[in-house]
Amino acid sequence: MKEINWEEIGFEEACELLEEVVRLLESGETTLEESLALFEQGIKLVRFCNECLDKAEGRIRVLVDEGFGPELRDLAQGGVG
Amino acid sequence: MWPAEPKVWTVAEATGRIEDAIAADPVLQSILIRGEISNYKRHISGHTYFTLKDAKARLRCVLFRRYGQAVSFPLRDGLEVVAAGRIGVYPPNGDYQLYVEQVFPAGEGLLHFAFQQLKEKLATEGLFDPERKRPLPAFPHRLGVITSLQGAALRDIVTVARRRNPKIDIIVAPAIVQGSEGPASIIKALQLCNRYGELDVIILGRGGGSLEDLWSFNDEGVARAVYASSIPVISAVGHETDVTITDLVADHRAPTPSAAAELAVPDVRAITGQLNSLYERLCRMAQRRVDQGRRQVMSLAERSVLQRPEERLNRLRLTLDERERSLLLAVRNGYRLSKERLTSLAGRLELLSPLGTLARGYSICQLPDGQILRRAQDARVGAMLHIILGEGRLHAEVQQIHREGSGGS
Repeated sequence: MKEINWEEIGFEEACELLEEVVRLLESGETTLEESLALFEQGIKLVRFCNECLDKAEGRIRVLVDEGFGPELRDLAQGGVG
Repeated sequence: MWPAEPKVWTVAEATGRIEDAIAADPVLQSILIRGEISNYKRHISGHTYFTLKDAKARLRCVLFRRYGQAVSFPLRDGLEVVAAGRIGVYPPNGDYQLYVEQVFPAGEGLLHFAFQQLKEKLATEGLFDPERKRPLPAFPHRLGVITSLQGAALRDIVTVARRRNPKIDIIVAPAIVQGSEGPASIIKALQLCNRYGELDVIILGRGGGSLEDLWSFNDEGVARAVYASSIPVISAVGHETDVTITDLVADHRAPTPSAAAELAVPDVRAITGQLNSLYERLCRMAQRRVDQGRRQVMSLAERSVLQRPEERLNRLRLTLDERERSLLLAVRNGYRLSKERLTSLAGRLELLSPLGTLARGYSICQLPDGQILRRAQDARVGAMLHIILGEGRLHAEVQQIHREGSGGS
């Protein structure tokens, strides 16, 4: 089982790892200890993926640069959406 | 002015001289000529002959078969066209004529011509190479949109993106998407998005329109800015039939802005479903593995415990059944739950997990190096042990070692 670098892992990779963990567990070729470690890692991955899904805020903003670098502004009222 | 000793030329020599003069004029060698088709004739060889005329002059034209095949509309007498090619001489007839390489309808002829030229140039440079097309991110959090704030395209993109993932952040870099200011404005927006950087994917587009309306998306500068973007770009220009240079350079092409949003934003419900099913399998497998271990212990216990063996076994079986039922119930409920409840279920399931066994009075004995102790003979007298209990840990010292006897006696 690989160590996971949580800073760098992406959503897609986490999903793949989770599938791998489940497959390993399903293979029945792991010791009890390994199974427990896999289970623990699997739970962490599920949590990570759920956090990924929830990360965005669902906002619409406008990207502008008025000479001070890129800047986000809320879309004016009565706008899109 | 006549030379001192005038030379007498043959007709062929004189014609050759004319031919050379025409060939030496670069304007005549790459020329666009507008006129009306007349005397249109298609030869059995597949070559086409016609005359281009206007109010004051006529010009004979030949369109060889290999160029004729690429002409996308039917030619006929009376049609106003722009023909591109070179002027050459045909000595047997004493004619000069236009050797046509491309023909366009007169109205948009120049635009079509420019489009073809740019397309060939950028293709040669490799801007359309399939190998450089990047895959779209599996789950974008921040969707960049470059389009007009006033257009229907933005509304369509927002509607579709939010339907598929209500939590997605949409960041609009406004741009002028038609008229002469279009290209500069689109290039600026692309550069701004890349300087900002925190976008997972960009949709660049506008709704349908005339060829002139969409012309910003056939601009060389725009094409190069799309090529230079470090963020993957989906182009969504006009309707399905209008292919633009931007479409060809972009990493992905969508026929409409709505389709681009579908391409960019995965349906969050489908993903949550997949995640839930993986989660369920994970829990089921861990449980099965623990049960398997417990059955091994029990079969050992069956052999070694002589007093009331059946009663003891039945009690274990009851506990096991009970745990299995509650676990399955938890998992089954969780399956239909929303993501928020899934998270809390993850917490509950961890309580039910193999680690929960500790809470019922079992403990795990570890040597200082973390190795789990299974046999008394693996420890030494005087060794320090970590004992993990349901709540807290103990540090204990080994005082005596009994090699015989199971824990169950």
